[in-house]
Amino acid sequence: MEILMAIVIGVLFMSATYLMLSKSLLRIIVGTGLLSHGAHLLILTMGGLKRGAAPLLGENASSYTDPIPQALILTAIVISFGVTAFFLVLAYRTYQELGTDNTEKLRGTEGND
Amino acid sequence: MINFLILPILVPILTGILLIFLSRHIIVQRWISALSTFGTVVISALLVQKVYRDGIQTLDLSSWEAPFGITLVSDMLSATLVLTTSIIAFASIIYSFFSIGKDREKFYYYPVVQFLIVGVNGAFTTGDIFNLFVFFEVMLMSSYVLLVHGGTKIQLRESIKYILVNVISSALFVITVAYLYSVVGSLNMAHISERISEVGQIGILTVIAILFLIVFGLKGAIFPLYFWLPGSYYAPPAPIMALFGALLTKVGVYAIMRTYSLFFYHDQAYTHGIIIVLSILTILLGVIGAVAYMDVKKIIIYNIIAAIGVILFGFAVMSPDSVSGSVYYIVHDMIIKAALFLLIGIMIKITGTSDLTKMSGLIKRYPGLAWTFFLAAASLAGIPPLSGFFGKLLIISGGFAEGFHLGAVVVLLSSLLILFSVMKIFIYGFWGEPRTYPEEGKTPVKSLLIAPVLLVLLSIAMGVGSEVIFPYISMAVETLLNPDIYIDAVLKE
Repeated sequence: MEILMAIVIGVLFMSATYLMLSKSLLRIIVGTGLLSHGAHLLILTMGGLKRGAAPLLGENASSYTDPIPQALILTAIVISFGVTAFFLVLAYRTYQELGTDNTEKLRGTEGND
Repeated sequence: MINFLILPILVPILTGILLIFLSRHIIVQRWISALSTFGTVVISALLVQKVYRDGIQTLDLSSWEAPFGITLVSDMLSATLVLTTSIIAFASIIYSFFSIGKDREKFYYYPVVQFLIVGVNGAFTTGDIFNLFVFFEVMLMSSYVLLVHGGTKIQLRESIKYILVNVISSALFVITVAYLYSVVGSLNMAHISERISEVGQIGILTVIAILFLIVFGLKGAIFPLYFWLPGSYYAPPAPIMALFGALLTKVGVYAIMRTYSLFFYHDQAYTHGIIIVLSILTILLGVIGAVAYMDVKKIIIYNIIAAIGVILFGFAVMSPDSVSGSVYYIVHDMIIKAALFLLIGIMIKITGTSDLTKMSGLIKRYPGLAWTFFLAAASLAGIPPLSGFFGKLLIISGGFAEGFHLGAVVVLLSSLLILFSVMKIFIYGFWGEPRTYPEEGKTPVKSLLIAPVLLVLLSIAMGVGSEVIFPYISMAVETLLNPDIYIDAVLKE
C-alpha cells in the first residue's frame, strides 16, 4: 500500500513541478495547490497506514490509528488554503494593474545597471 | 510569574487585534502601536534578565505535559533575539509615523506589523517543530501583506515571485517534518533530540538534516537559494524593507542554528562541512553583489546576504569562540541593517531616487544624516570600538584556531569589500557638489532621524560595553554547544 501511495505522491509532485514552471500565472497557482496535496498525502503515508480504531479512549479497541499526522494535515490544509486564496486575489490584481499574466513579461530590472 | 515568556507573543497579538478596529483613527493607532511595542521591549528585557538569573524558562501550553503537548522554551539565545526584534520593530514603527503615508496607515499597516512581530517572536520562542512551521507561516503571511501593501506596480510584481518561492519552501518544510516524524515519532524538539541521541545519526537523518538546511536556507538566503532576495526586498518602502532585512532572514539562520545544535550534531564532519562551503560561497557572492551596484537599495540588500554567510560560517566552525562571535554578530547585524535601511530611506526620500549617480552633496544640508550614516557604515564594516568588530574578531579567531584558514581569510577580505561598498554610498551620496532635488522641502528629516540614531547609539553601546554583554552571550553559546541543558529544562521539570 505504501508503494502505491508513494507513486501517487510522486505523480502529484511531478505535475505540480511541471505546472509551476509554466508561463501563465494561473497554472502556477494550480501547481502550488497540487504541491500541497502531495505534501499532505505524504504526511498521511509517513504516519503509518495501518488499520485501527478512531483515536478515542471510549472505543476500547486493540489498536488505534495515530492522531498526530491527522492534526498536522488539518493544520497544513488550513494554512495553505489561506495562502492560496491570497495568492489568487494577488494574481488577479496583478493582471488588472500590469495588464499581463505572462511571467516572461514580469521580470524586474530596476536598479540593475 | 511562570507565564512571562508568552508575553512577547501575547502583547503584539492583542495590540494587532485592537488596532484592526481603529483603522480610521490614525493618531490613536500611532500612539497604541508605539506604546505597545515599547512595552514589548521592556518585557523582553525583563525576560532576558529572568533567563540570566533563573535559567531556561519553559511553558507547557494548556498544561499538556512535554513531550505530549506544545512547549514554549526561552533560552538565552531566544530571549536575546526576541529583545532585538522588539527594539527593531519599535524603531521601524516610529520611523513609519513620518514616512509611510496616510493611505497605508488607514488600511491596516500597523496591525500587520504587530502580527509580523508575533510570528517572529513565536518562531524564536517555540520548542515544537511543527509549531515552528505554524509561526513561520504567521510571519510569512504578514510579510506577504506588507510586501504588497500599497499596490504599486513593482510591489505587485515582486510579491508574486516572493509568495511562490515561499509556498514551495513551506511545502518542503511540511514534507521534512513528516519524514522526521516517521523516523523519531515525536514533534517536541527536546524529545526528538533525546531520541536521535539514542538511535545515533543513521543515513536517513543526515538526509533530513540537509532537507532542513534547504528549507531554512530558502528563508535565510544562503547560496544557492538566495536569488529571490534582491528582487523582492527592492520593492517595498523603507520601514518595511528595514523590518524584512533585519528580521526575516535571521529567523531562518536561527532555525538552522537550533536544529543543527539540537538534533543533528552527531555527524558534524559531513553536515558542518557542507555549511562551511555554502557560507563561504554566500559571503563571496554577497560581497560581489554589494560592490557591483550603483543603487543604494541593492548595495545594502547584498550586504544582508554577505552577513548571513559570516554568521553561518561562525556557527559551522562550532567552537565556543566562533559560536559566541556568531551570536554576537546576529544581534549586531539585526540592529545595523535596520539602521542602514532607515537611513537610506531618508536619502531616497530627500533625493527622489535610489540611483547613486543621480545624488550628491547631501552632507552640506544634512550633516546629522551624513555622520549617522558614517557611524553605521563603520559599525557594519567592523571598525573598533563599534559592535561589528567584536563579532568578527571572535569568528575569525575561532576559524583560524579550528584550522579553517580559507574561511577566516574570506571573512577578513569580505570586511574590506563591505567597507568599500558602504563608503561608496557615503562618497557618492554625501560628498561632492550639492544638487537641487524636486521633493526636497517636504521631508521631515529630523523626525525621521530619531529611529536610526537610536539604533546606531545602541550599536555603539553594544560595542563599547561588550564586556557587559559577554556573560549573556556565553550563556547562549553554552546551551547551543551542550544540548543536554535544553533537554533537561524541557523534559525533566
